[in-house]
Amino acid sequence: MKASFMPGQTAISTDATAPSRGQIDSVLRAILRDVLGLDEKRVEEFSGDTGLFGHLPELDSMAVAGLLTEMEDRLGIVIEDEDVDGEMLETYGGLLAFAEAKSVEA
Amino acid sequence: MALYDSWRPSFPPGKRAEEVVLRFDRAREPRLLLLPPLFDEHNKTRHQCVETMRKLDAAGVDSFLPDLPGCNESLAPLESQSLTLWREAAREAFALFRCSHVLAIRGGALLAPPRTPAFFYAPAQGRPLLRAMLRARTIAAREAGRDESAEALLVEGREQGLELAGWQLGAAMIRELEDAEPAIGAATRLIEQVELGGSPLWLRAEPDSDPRQAEALARIVAAGMLSP
Repeated sequence: MKASFMPGQTAISTDATAPSRGQIDSVLRAILRDVLGLDEKRVEEFSGDTGLFGHLPELDSMAVAGLLTEMEDRLGIVIEDEDVDGEMLETYGGLLAFAEAKSVEA
Repeated sequence: MALYDSWRPSFPPGKRAEEVVLRFDRAREPRLLLLPPLFDEHNKTRHQCVETMRKLDAAGVDSFLPDLPGCNESLAPLESQSLTLWREAAREAFALFRCSHVLAIRGGALLAPPRTPAFFYAPAQGRPLLRAMLRARTIAAREAGRDESAEALLVEGREQGLELAGWQLGAAMIRELEDAEPAIGAATRLIEQVELGGSPLWLRAEPDSDPRQAEALARIVAAGMLSP
């Protein structure tokens, strides 16, 4: 196991600078790997169009709630109720764009 | 060597319920009470908890996994439960099974009897557990075309209780979850996910298990109990 990429622990460091897009992408893929129980390779294959909520039957509302909570913890962002809509959850690209926008705010 | 037995916690208050307990009991000295995660996280980790008990049995440790009133196979209504009642049931189970230690996972740490030798694996506060369940409900509502706010639900829940992600929680449970903290003391050994490797199983969308994580958890706990 690579020490720099520990499953279940990958998080943005709390540096003063905003995380890069690449960092956010890595953290988001790590969270999806943990939530969906997939290996690293499968999650690396996710593209912007890969369907999530509504496309993966195992990703129910409770699993999505857990995913959002992990995003808050590991990306250091706060996700409001109003932020959560079908569009941001529908594809990997939508979720990534949302996480990037939130990280700029944070 | 696993045996399903029954035990009788105080419920309703002043009376006794009859609940199931899974015991790996060879009358050995090190005896462990397992307090599993709560609600949805319990379902996702149940197999892993029992797998960990099997490994502990092999390592020379007796362990006990009692159903708390309203949980698992219990006939008691979940909506009548509160953290206070569950803490009392956990305290009774600890004494009844003559346990020497507690292993509490996630929200289970909110129920651990204070000042007992304990292992807390990834202990959770009550508020984020409640928040995740509120969020699951608002997401599901939105999918169904209804707009619900977590804040308004919480106001209602504190007074009347709420159904959250399929769990019927009473008002007392919701109020107590809002500010419940694990009682981490001098006799508490914290276990973090990195020590077990792998990823946390309560995060999984589907219940899953990981024998290597169970082995690692059992090894840490057994080592702490057998050579303190």
